[in-house]
Amino acid sequence: MADDALVLSHRLGEWAGHAPVLEEELALANIALDLLGQARVLYSQLGDEDELAFLREERSFRNCQLVEQPNGDFACTMVRQLFFSACQELLFGQLAELGDPLASKAVKEAEYHRDHAEHWTIRLGDGTEESHARTQRAVDGLWRYTGELFEPLPGPAPVGAVDWAALRAGWTERVTRVLTSATLTVPDSPQSGAWAAGAGRQGLHTEPFGRMLAEMQHLHRSHPGASW
Amino acid sequence: MTSVLLGEGAQSSEGPADPLADFEGAIAADERIEPRDWMPDDYRKTLVRQMAQHAHSEIIGMQPEANWITRAPSLRRKAILMAKVQDEAGHGLYLYSAAETLGTSREELLDKLHSGRQKYSSIFNYPTLTWADVGAIGWLVDGAAITNQVPLCRCSYGPYARAMIRVCKEESFHQRQGFELLLALSRGTEAQHAMAQDAVDRWWWPSLMMFGPPDDESAHSARSMAWKIKRHSNDELRQRFVDICVPQAEALGLTLPDPDLRWNEERGHWDFGPIDWEEFRQVLQGNGPCNEERIGRRRQAHEDGAWVRDAAAAYAAKRGTGRPAAQAVAQEQPRAQAQTQDQHDGETAVSPR
Repeated sequence: MADDALVLSHRLGEWAGHAPVLEEELALANIALDLLGQARVLYSQLGDEDELAFLREERSFRNCQLVEQPNGDFACTMVRQLFFSACQELLFGQLAELGDPLASKAVKEAEYHRDHAEHWTIRLGDGTEESHARTQRAVDGLWRYTGELFEPLPGPAPVGAVDWAALRAGWTERVTRVLTSATLTVPDSPQSGAWAAGAGRQGLHTEPFGRMLAEMQHLHRSHPGASW
Repeated sequence: MTSVLLGEGAQSSEGPADPLADFEGAIAADERIEPRDWMPDDYRKTLVRQMAQHAHSEIIGMQPEANWITRAPSLRRKAILMAKVQDEAGHGLYLYSAAETLGTSREELLDKLHSGRQKYSSIFNYPTLTWADVGAIGWLVDGAAITNQVPLCRCSYGPYARAMIRVCKEESFHQRQGFELLLALSRGTEAQHAMAQDAVDRWWWPSLMMFGPPDDESAHSARSMAWKIKRHSNDELRQRFVDICVPQAEALGLTLPDPDLRWNEERGHWDFGPIDWEEFRQVLQGNGPCNEERIGRRRQAHEDGAWVRDAAAAYAAKRGTGRPAAQAVAQEQPRAQAQTQDQHDGETAVSPR
C-alpha cells in the first residue's frame, strides 16, 4: 500500500508545470502530496522511509501496475486516478472500520481524490467528441490493470481481515455508475494484464517502471550515506 | 467581481467634481485605492502590467523547481518541494484575480505571456542544474522576492496589497526551507558542500538583478513611487538584500562570489561589485539560457490542455451552468490552500535570521 501511494504520487508530480489549467496544477500537486504523506506514514512503520523508497530495486517494489502507468494525457491520468482512488477509498473505509487509526484519516483524502477524478471523468466523457474519445481510450487501456486491485494483500490484522470480494463489488458498482454517467462504455475485456493479476504485488512490473525508478533514485544513490 | 466600473462610469457615480484631486488626496493620505474608485488610466495600466508580470513569474517560476520534483533525494524534501510548487500556482491565481479587478482577464493576460507581449522575472531564465539549485532559489531568489514584496503589502492599490500579504507569508516559509536545504548540504559531505557553493556562485548575481536596473536607468520608478505602488527604489532594495544575505552566507558556511564585497563602516552597509548589466539586458531580450524552453513549455502546456478546457466548457454548457472551465474546478481550491498551510506548519525550519 505504501508503494502504491509513493509511485502514484511520483507520477502526479511529473505533471507540475504541465497541467491544462492553473487550478489543476494545484489539485494534482495536492493529491500527490496526500499520497506522499500516506506513503511516508506507512513506510515509517516498516523502517527508514528513504531507504525503502530510494534503495530498493524494481523487483522489490510491491505496488500494483496501475499506479506505475505513465501519465499519458489528462484523461489517462484522471481515469487512472478514478480507478485507484475508488479502490483506496473503499479499502481504507474497511480498514477504518476494523479499527486502523491511519485509515480513518486517509479515507477522507481518498474520497476527495475519487471525487475530483470522478468529476473530471464525467466532464471529459460527456464533454466534446474528442474528450469523449480520449477518455474511452484511457478506460480501455487501463482496464486490464484493475483486476490486481482486488488481489488479497498478505499482512497482519487488520489488512488480513479485509473483505476483498466486497471491495471488488463496491468498486465495480461505483466505477460503472461513474462511467455510465460519463456516457462511457464499461469494457468487457478481462481485468488482467501481461502478467497474472497480482503481478505487481510479487515485484513483476511493466517496463516504464524501471525508468521511473532510475530517475527517482538517481540523486540519492549517487551520494551513498549522505543526509539531505 | 466582474462589474468593475471603468473610467467615466465611476466618475459619474462617485460624484466628486474633481476625481483626480480625490485620487491624489487618497494617495497622499495613504488610503487604499479600491477597484471601484476612479484612477488615472496610467495608474491602472502600470498596475496591470506589474501584477501580470508578477503572476507570470509565479507560473514560469514553477518550471525550474518542478525540474527537480521527480529527483528529490529524500521523501521529506520531495514533499516540501511539491508543496512549494503548489503554492506558486496558488500565488499565480491570487495575482491573476487581483489583476482582474482592474478590468482585464486571466485569459487575456496568459495570451500576452504566451505571445511575449508581457514579461516575467528574468531570474527564471536560468537553469536548475543540481539539487542545490533548489536551495539557492529558495534562499536567494525567494529572499530577493520577499525584499521586493514586503513593501508591496503597503502598496496603494488594495487588492494587490492584500494579495501580497498572503503571498509574503508563504514566501518566507519557502525562503527558510531553501536556507535549511543549503545548510544541510553545506554541513554534509564534501561533494554536497561543493554542490551548495556552486549553486550559490551561479545564482548570486542573477538574484541581484531581480531588483531591476539601477535607479538612474529605471523608466517607471519615479512615477510608481509617486503613486505609492513602489515604496523604495531598486537600488535601495538591492542594498537591503545584500546586507541581509552576507551574514546569512556566513551562517551557511558558504561564500558569495564577489571579491569586492566588504563592510563600509561609513555607510553602514556592505559594498558590492558591479553587476553585469549587459547579461541582464540579454536575458530580458530573450537571450538568456532558458528563455526559449520556459516560454515554449508554457505554450505547450496551454496548447496540450486546450481540449480539456473545451471539454469542461462543453460539459458546463450542456448542464446549463454556463460556468467556464476554470470556475468549474475553483471550488476545490480552498481545501488545497488550507492543506498547504497545514503542511507548512508541520515543517520545522531553521530561521536564517
